[in-house]
Amino acid sequence: MTRTRSDTESDSPEQTSTGMRLIVPLQGIVHGRGGLILGSLIPCALFYFLQFYLKRHRSPPPEKPPPSSSPGNSAANLAVFPRTLSRSSLSVRGSAGHAHVSSRADSIVREDDSPYYVGLDRVLKDRYDELKNPNGIIQLGLSENTLSLDLIEEWLSKNLSNSILGGGLSISGIATYQPFDGLLELKPAMAGFMSQVMERTVSFNPSQIVLTSGATAAVEILCFCLADHGNALLVPTPYYPGFDRDIRWRTGVELIPVHCRSSDNFSLSITALDQAYNHARKRAQKVCGILITNPSNPVGNILTRETLYSLLDFAREKNIHIICDEVFAGSTFGNQEFVSMAEILDSEDSDKDRVHIIYGLSKDFSLPGFRIGVVYSSNENVLVASKRLTRFSSVSAPTQRLLIAMLSDTRFVEEYLQTNRKRIRTIHSLFVAGLKQLGIQCIKSTGGFFCWVDMSRLIRPYSEEGELELWDKLLNIAKINATPGLACHCIEPGWFRCCFTTLREKDIPVVIERIRKVVETCKTI
Amino acid sequence: MCSFMFQPTFQSSQKQKRFGCFKTFALRLHSMLHCDYFKAQKMELMLRNQEHFLSKIATNNGHGEDSPYFDGWKAYDSDPYHHTKNPKGVIQMGLAENQLSFDLIQDWIMNNPRASICTAEGADDFKDIAIYQNYHGLPEFRNAIAKFMGKVRGNMATFDPDRIVMSGGATGAHETMVFCLADPGDAFLVPTPYYPGFDRDLRWRTGAQLVPVICDSSNNFTVTRDALEAAYKKAQEAKIKVKGLLITNPSNPLGTILDRETLKSLVRFTNEKNIHLVSDEIYAATVFKSPGFISIAEILEEQDMEGINRDLMHIVYSLSKDMGFPGFRIGILYSYNDAVVSCARKMSSFGLVSTQTQHLIASMLSDDHFVDKFIIQSKHRLAKRHGVFTKGLEQVGIESLESNAGLFFWMDLRRLLSEATVEAEMALWRIIIKEVKLNVSPGSSFHCSEPGWFRVCFANMDDETMRVALRRIKTFVLQTKGGQEASAKKQCRRQSLQVSLSFRRMEDIMMTPHLMMTPHSPICSSPLVRART
Repeated sequence: MTRTRSDTESDSPEQTSTGMRLIVPLQGIVHGRGGLILGSLIPCALFYFLQFYLKRHRSPPPEKPPPSSSPGNSAANLAVFPRTLSRSSLSVRGSAGHAHVSSRADSIVREDDSPYYVGLDRVLKDRYDELKNPNGIIQLGLSENTLSLDLIEEWLSKNLSNSILGGGLSISGIATYQPFDGLLELKPAMAGFMSQVMERTVSFNPSQIVLTSGATAAVEILCFCLADHGNALLVPTPYYPGFDRDIRWRTGVELIPVHCRSSDNFSLSITALDQAYNHARKRAQKVCGILITNPSNPVGNILTRETLYSLLDFAREKNIHIICDEVFAGSTFGNQEFVSMAEILDSEDSDKDRVHIIYGLSKDFSLPGFRIGVVYSSNENVLVASKRLTRFSSVSAPTQRLLIAMLSDTRFVEEYLQTNRKRIRTIHSLFVAGLKQLGIQCIKSTGGFFCWVDMSRLIRPYSEEGELELWDKLLNIAKINATPGLACHCIEPGWFRCCFTTLREKDIPVVIERIRKVVETCKTI
Repeated sequence: MCSFMFQPTFQSSQKQKRFGCFKTFALRLHSMLHCDYFKAQKMELMLRNQEHFLSKIATNNGHGEDSPYFDGWKAYDSDPYHHTKNPKGVIQMGLAENQLSFDLIQDWIMNNPRASICTAEGADDFKDIAIYQNYHGLPEFRNAIAKFMGKVRGNMATFDPDRIVMSGGATGAHETMVFCLADPGDAFLVPTPYYPGFDRDLRWRTGAQLVPVICDSSNNFTVTRDALEAAYKKAQEAKIKVKGLLITNPSNPLGTILDRETLKSLVRFTNEKNIHLVSDEIYAATVFKSPGFISIAEILEEQDMEGINRDLMHIVYSLSKDMGFPGFRIGILYSYNDAVVSCARKMSSFGLVSTQTQHLIASMLSDDHFVDKFIIQSKHRLAKRHGVFTKGLEQVGIESLESNAGLFFWMDLRRLLSEATVEAEMALWRIIIKEVKLNVSPGSSFHCSEPGWFRVCFANMDDETMRVALRRIKTFVLQTKGGQEASAKKQCRRQSLQVSLSFRRMEDIMMTPHLMMTPHSPICSSPLVRART
């Protein structure tokens, strides 16, 4: 009963005459002035609905296998992973017979096959440990930072003497229902921290802060506020592999990749943005906004002031939003100055309403477990809606109480940020130097916990299959979990994201040695 | 407009060949559509500028905060009661929060500083905890929760830690459940009266619908097979795909529990229809009088339930009510369906519990001695408070539905309504909020089919506030009754002018409930009520 599209769209003279054969008698039926129009419109409409009907009643997709727990299996399935996930592969709406669960639940089973998640899963089961598991997999796939945890630990042991209830706090301040969008006292502390991270070039207004459980929730809430099901966001590629799940899954919002290329160091060009926008409009897709990560995840470069201004101009011209994910703002280590979107807004008079900033403590303050995310917006309606939506993902009150004290200690925060930057810089240069020895280059990065590594020389064939093959070798031979560009929707094969901030200095030679093994096998082919 | 535009085309086409005319027509049509497209675009632009181009979710009222349930909260927020600072303020009786056992939790936290990790004593564990961001949750947390869930169900059922998915409060757990089970447009059957938050939590972002299953006071609001069938049929007639049945057991707002037979019939019903059964058991340990609570998990382990499809069974749990700390935002989704567990776990990234809190909870719930003591103490205190409150109301003739669970009871004020309508209920409710200054929640916001019922929360206040609240209700009821009797007398006197009635007959009329509920009974404008302001 499924009819292919080419079949229905074939434009042969024979069909035209069939059409006329239909139109002529119909004209007879609806005689009079509008006869011709109706006579032509009715068959057109009928044909349109027929197509619609066929589409709706297409036989359900075959039953998916249950989510496989063995990682080897899913790695084997990877060969069929498409470079750009289309809408249809993520969420198949409609009648799927007697499906027990929702189509959302079904769709996630397939999405698991992304090498990003497969790799993370593998590490969970076989993590490297210098002493206990020296042959385990080294994690370069998760952007977290363990370089400066000792500083926070030290602060805790010095400053919090008794327990979370000490210092005049009572149980009723943490156990009862609290505002879902964050404790009133934490917001100024958070605003202060954010402004310190931006090196006091901007001041943030506490009343424009909405706290959520992690930046993941913050991004999703913003998308729920800004876009309807089926609307789209423009996202420069390569982009953070988690966005596909975090944004598209429940909101039904689509992500349109705006391809950036190695020839301009993967920096964003407004021309590419404009092209993607027009392309979407042609397909009658409503574009609601642009989503950028600055510093970029996975490339690690940062947007210049000029680019930010032209982005804002672009958004104004098209009347769309800008979501600016700045979770790595405090983790810059290069010489290039980081400019927050908030700073640009401060200098502009208008258009504050269309810019929304995502922040969190998972990266810059190395506390991913604490799940603190921030939506920062000047748009009153977005704030009201986000506050209401935080009821589904608010932060535990005891955790918030602890952070108030920690973030309010500005001297400690300053010291922490400085030291953390220094440590990231050190480990970054060690890692990059190590790769250089193997003849592997990285894009020059100035922020984030990762390098964007060019291994295109090592892949054969020069395609996504080659890239996945290399990824597989890295994972199974070198026992290193790096994220292939494919998972980040990079248009050029052979690029990998390697996170280095969970490594200690003495781990670097181990990692480099492991990669060397793979490099050598590639050369001998 | 259409025919007007195409008139010339049609006339000229008379002379042309048919195919040619078709071509002209197509061209015109094209240009017209194009023109309309730009017009539409312009309109859209204008609209976007007006509404600041936000999504439907952000701009519609799916948040449901326009309902009286939330109006009551606003009234409380603007004028909250305080013993000394604001003794005439509104007392909050619309919040199902358990503050009776805070001291126990507080003592434990003080005595176990290591547990909160962010202390000098707990700093050793800090490193591992702070960076743990896996959505599976700390193993010790899941184990402790599984054990606790079994314990509060009298160890009549066991729970598998691998099936425990955390979420941001029961609110998050419910939403995740619906996201996993239903597509937009699909529906869940929900027996009425039900918790008003469901309308928002289950529908707002998921696009799912709720179909009420009508229960009434004739059988103490117990859900029956007939009512279920009727609701199911009605949904089918409306071409709504029913995906499941959602029950709260113990019930919010009734404070009652479901008996074994009813539970079994619900399981059979859902199984026959091949729909999901979601059992919200967030008050499982808040059952303070016999009969004891029976979990759906316990039913599933019974022998005559062996043929039941477990893939359809799910439980929502939370520590907000049973342990009394909603601020910790710990919700639990427990499912017997592997696909749902796997999907929900991934979805939990949108509302993970802070690892610091996970660690704290894991340590607290692993302390058996503390947990046992806490559950017993908490039940004891709730029973006492519930008893004082309901008995106090009985003294002034206010009945409430017999209940043994939850942090609230279902108060019957049907006698005080001027007529049996929702409008009359709302009128009475406004008086209670504005003049009696109590925020109780009207039955209509719980989709109750009978007007005149109110949910009264009793555990979110101290003894002193409780006494004030009780006094206010008593005074109000006595006054209203007095007013009603006075008006009844007046009416009788008027009548006696026309038809002479014996004194005895007059007394009879006064006593009949019918007269008390006469439409003329002016509760709203009762002079005695007015006199209070």
